[in-house]
Amino acid sequence: MEVVCIVCPNGCLLQAEQTPEGIKVSGNKCKRGAAFAIEELTAPKRSLTTTVATCFKDMPVVPVRTDGEIPKEKIFELMSFLKTLRAERRYKMGEILASDILGTGVNIIVTCDM
Amino acid sequence: MTIYKAAVIGGGPAGLAAALAASKGGKVLLIEREARLGGILKQCVHDGFGVIRFGEKLSGCEYAQRFIDEVRSNKEIDIRLLTYVIGIKKNKTFHITATSSSGIETYEAENLILANGCRERTARQVNIHGTRPAGVMTAGVAQNFVNLLGVLPGKRCVILGSGDIGLIMARRLTLEGAEVLGVYEAKNTPSGLTRNISQCLNDFNIPLHLSATVKRVFGNKRVEAVEICKVTEKMEYIRGTEEILPCDTLIVSVGLIPENELAESLSVEIDPRTRGPVVDQNMQTMQDGVYSVGNALHVHDLVDYVSETAETAGKALLQPAAPRELVKVDAKGFLYLVPQRLDLASIKDSTVFYFRTAVPRKAATLTVRANGQTIYARNYTNLKPPEMEKISIPLKPRTGEKLEFILSDKEV
Ligand SMILES: Cc1cc2nc3c(=O)[nH]c(=O)nc-3n(C[C@H](O)[C@H](O)[C@H](O)COP(=O)(O)OP(=O)(O)OC[C@H]3O[C@@H](n4cnc5c(N)ncnc54)[C@H](O)[C@@H]3O)c2cc1C
Repeated sequence: MEVVCIVCPNGCLLQAEQTPEGIKVSGNKCKRGAAFAIEELTAPKRSLTTTVATCFKDMPVVPVRTDGEIPKEKIFELMSFLKTLRAERRYKMGEILASDILGTGVNIIVTCDM
Repeated sequence: MTIYKAAVIGGGPAGLAAALAASKGGKVLLIEREARLGGILKQCVHDGFGVIRFGEKLSGCEYAQRFIDEVRSNKEIDIRLLTYVIGIKKNKTFHITATSSSGIETYEAENLILANGCRERTARQVNIHGTRPAGVMTAGVAQNFVNLLGVLPGKRCVILGSGDIGLIMARRLTLEGAEVLGVYEAKNTPSGLTRNISQCLNDFNIPLHLSATVKRVFGNKRVEAVEICKVTEKMEYIRGTEEILPCDTLIVSVGLIPENELAESLSVEIDPRTRGPVVDQNMQTMQDGVYSVGNALHVHDLVDYVSETAETAGKALLQPAAPRELVKVDAKGFLYLVPQRLDLASIKDSTVFYFRTAVPRKAATLTVRANGQTIYARNYTNLKPPEMEKISIPLKPRTGEKLEFILSDKEV
């Protein structure tokens, strides 16, 4: 099976094959590519970057991201959850806005100073 | 009145890096028309920035914030926000006229760094016919709506252009609940990174239609539909392939053009290929003391290199001014090559060049010739026009020497 690696801008085209010894990956320029292909075929994960509403007029939304990866199929569930949040104070870059979201152990962090 | 060592126009990543570099040798003025520093990165909430510079995958906002923090704590840099530069005159120094809520003010500086970014090409610049209803916008405008204002600009969107900004917006709009009907690209290959095709389109089952374009827009008040048409390699419409696609938004992501009104007002020579100023290896334009950096110089695809060109300029202007001795660099086979001139008076052991190939090349050779003699050659694989390359070349050109850079398909 072919998988495009999304770890870095190189975007290597990876070939992943199921063998008796496990999944064999080729076409990767680095180790991270092999790990990515295996995960992509077994339990695909993504990080999410988006915005969350605030109560401030000069900055109606604030950019945020997950501080780790979450299962790919949870992306839309996470988006709906984030729609229920509102930043009620001015956060700094890196501060946690919501922790352990959807029981994934991953936090939502703010990505610029408000 | 303070005479600044340098005045930097534009507070995006280019302006921030240039101001920091120049502040090591004097007072710097940084002028930005918007309320916040960061330039276009303020609205780039997605990640993928800084891989080269920081070895980390940062969001655009985070990348900018690192520089903003440094600039804000630097006592040598005076920042003027919500201040728009409307004119610059050169006498012995530069006199910069700017408007803000406190009225019109003039600032004086020994050097000028133009870091005012680029503009997006609009629907009218790519010959889309039909009416002009609400709902036709560039990808950058859509990005601004969603990521800065927190509003969704449409519910059923068609995206024209497969560059990275278009792809990023396809994903962004989908995440926010809009339906992206498809991304249409007139060329037969996508212009964005393969990685973005995968994570922005394939992840969300958004179709990519190659060799197809938007021919017409329908709708009175609001977009009601667009007409899609297949095109040949020469960009001619293929009759009989027209299709009407109902939608409420057309997003065009069809390229960026350096913003050069200020440069032109200073009679700075413009390169028709980059559409930005002609510069030497220090990013100094053909007008002494005027530097051009970042997307105002040429459209970069990685912000890491934007910061780099800016630092080159910021450092260079601190060197004692010596009369320049400029040699032209002839370039063949390139979409463009920057710098276009070399200043022999300040040349170092090696010089950094940025280029794009004119056409896709599977195997290519870059050859440098001085007076017809090959002095440098390097092989490349897989060069594509949308991907900028950077190379550092040891060069010691002599006065009057004819310098040629040739990019050609490799003979196999
Ligand atoms: C819509 C859009 C999306 C992009 N997305 C990506 C991306 O996803 N990834 C990526 O790597 N690159 C992206 N880019 C490229 C990005 O522009 C560069 O990486 C980088 O932001 C360029 O930095 P800059 O400082 O040269 O320009 P900018 O970031 O555009 O900054 C220029 C600044 O100058 C100010 N200015 C202009 N004229 C004046 C004036 N007369 N007076 C005062 N201030 C002025 C502007 O307000 C602005 O803040 C995108 C570009 C655009 C246009």
